[in-house]
Amino acid sequence: MTQFLTSLRTALALLLWALAIPVHAQLSIEITGAGATRFPVAIPLLEREASLPRSITDVVRADLERSGLFSLVDMGLVALPEAAIPDLQGLRQRGADAVLTGSVTPLSDGRHDIRVRLFDTQKGLEIGAIAMRIAPAQSRATAHRIADFIYEKLTGQPGYFSTRIAYVVKSGQRYELQVADADGENPQTALVSREPIISPAWAPDGQRLAYVSFEAKKPIIYVHHLPTGQRQVVANFRGSNSAPAWSPDGQRLAVVLTKDGPSQIYLVNADGSGVRRLMTSSGIDTEPAWSADGQWIYFTSDRGGGAQIYRVPTSGGTAQRVTLEGSYNVTPRPSPDGRSLAFVTRNDRGFQLAIMELASRQTTILTDSVRDESPSFAPNGRMLLYASEIGNRGVLAAVSADRRVSQRLSVQAADVREPAWGPLPRP
Amino acid sequence: MKRLILPVLLSTLLVACGGTGGTQQGGAAVDDRSATTGVATVNASDVSGAGIAALTDPNNILSKRSVYFDFDQFVIRSEFQSQLQAHAGFLAQNPQMRMLVQGNADERGSREYNLALGQKRAEAVKQALVLMGARETQVESVSLGEEKPRCLERTESCYAENRRGDMLYSGEF
Repeated sequence: MTQFLTSLRTALALLLWALAIPVHAQLSIEITGAGATRFPVAIPLLEREASLPRSITDVVRADLERSGLFSLVDMGLVALPEAAIPDLQGLRQRGADAVLTGSVTPLSDGRHDIRVRLFDTQKGLEIGAIAMRIAPAQSRATAHRIADFIYEKLTGQPGYFSTRIAYVVKSGQRYELQVADADGENPQTALVSREPIISPAWAPDGQRLAYVSFEAKKPIIYVHHLPTGQRQVVANFRGSNSAPAWSPDGQRLAVVLTKDGPSQIYLVNADGSGVRRLMTSSGIDTEPAWSADGQWIYFTSDRGGGAQIYRVPTSGGTAQRVTLEGSYNVTPRPSPDGRSLAFVTRNDRGFQLAIMELASRQTTILTDSVRDESPSFAPNGRMLLYASEIGNRGVLAAVSADRRVSQRLSVQAADVREPAWGPLPRP
Repeated sequence: MKRLILPVLLSTLLVACGGTGGTQQGGAAVDDRSATTGVATVNASDVSGAGIAALTDPNNILSKRSVYFDFDQFVIRSEFQSQLQAHAGFLAQNPQMRMLVQGNADERGSREYNLALGQKRAEAVKQALVLMGARETQVESVSLGEEKPRCLERTESCYAENRRGDMLYSGEF
């Protein structure tokens, strides 16, 4: 009996340990600021939502709330079926400018039929509907899709709730490259190493990550195919190989190599073939980033003395200086619409995330933190994910490009760094 | 006796390091370093001059492997001239030996920019060694950027310790 209890205890301990791993690695999100005017929406329960193992509307509400653009009108436990027109005037009086209705119907093959409709209570009109058949395990992904649908219908821009993020977790001497949903859920480890991993970059297909690994005692660039875990060396030349950046068509990478002397930018095919030097400078050229139209490569260079941001046509040619103020401006990230540039600037407070409107060169500091690094835009350009620090520990944070909305994502007892926001999933 | 033990130690190190790769290489044009780091073939009788044991003898200048740099600087300070001279001489006398110079930067600022700064420092060490007689092909300069700090505190003295180039011989990397 004692033996049985002991083994039961061991089994329980193992079970708890197994459960503790994903919890430990989970990114928890804390909303630290929201938009001044938020669009009030009502997301009541779906009819028969309880037939699914996990709630959908909880996730939809959390997504919308986290965006900072919406406020939620509490509907209690009321469900509004998809087949009926809701009392739009009554909903309007309760403060909702838009309302989602919907139904879940279990199917004989184990899947569920899900239908939702979105109504504008001001105009008294239906503004969109979607229907899908899903396996119960897809309920989270389905919820993100519904939140994207609502976001797009109400803001006119695509949502980003179905995207994924990549980042590096350092705990002790262990480095893990992880990929999680944009809400920090469902973290998966793509690579574990005892040596540093930096600069993950998503291919536009959302299937491949390029990154720099030091596992061979020097920086080497790999491309990692996430669905299969297969990886390939893309650049392992004499010297250092770093700073991979995908072209918008996913065919090429801009990389930084030192095979011919100082850190310089080269273009290379995604399989590592066809290496050619983009330009020649006497100093450091690094951190290349393609503009969304593929016309320009923004980069950091010390050619003028200190570190500043420049851009050069993808076909080569003369570089133009982009940042004119300050003594240290690094890590350029052009916005998806091409109108602005996010980067990190050093000022008397420290290293802060900034955004420049390219036409006017007007620059705004986006954060109050002082150790910001590695910004990346959400695919719709509204939010920026970046690395920061709280109490000597690396955390991820997100801020809207208009500075109004901010969030913090952290993993307990570990350093999180080097975030990269992935592309919209391919339909 | 020491002269016999060290090569064994170095080859053990090499074997130990060999296991960390485990990568798949595809069609990429890559410079395979593994072929050039064959320290297993080094033995005491091949090593001339100071002898391989000198590399780890604390009383020998060859055991001094670090070169420190000023903030935002890549110039080798005069205090390191004799140390580099000794390593350049050792490399010149032992053409089968290879060296990896790892450049480092303090943690302030962008990781990739710091990687480039570390590279500049590693390259400065390499160029000095080549000027002093080492063969260009013997020395590879790489950067660890801010990723492998020797000192973890946020003080000026710590930052100074991390602005550094380290010289590693075959079998040590």
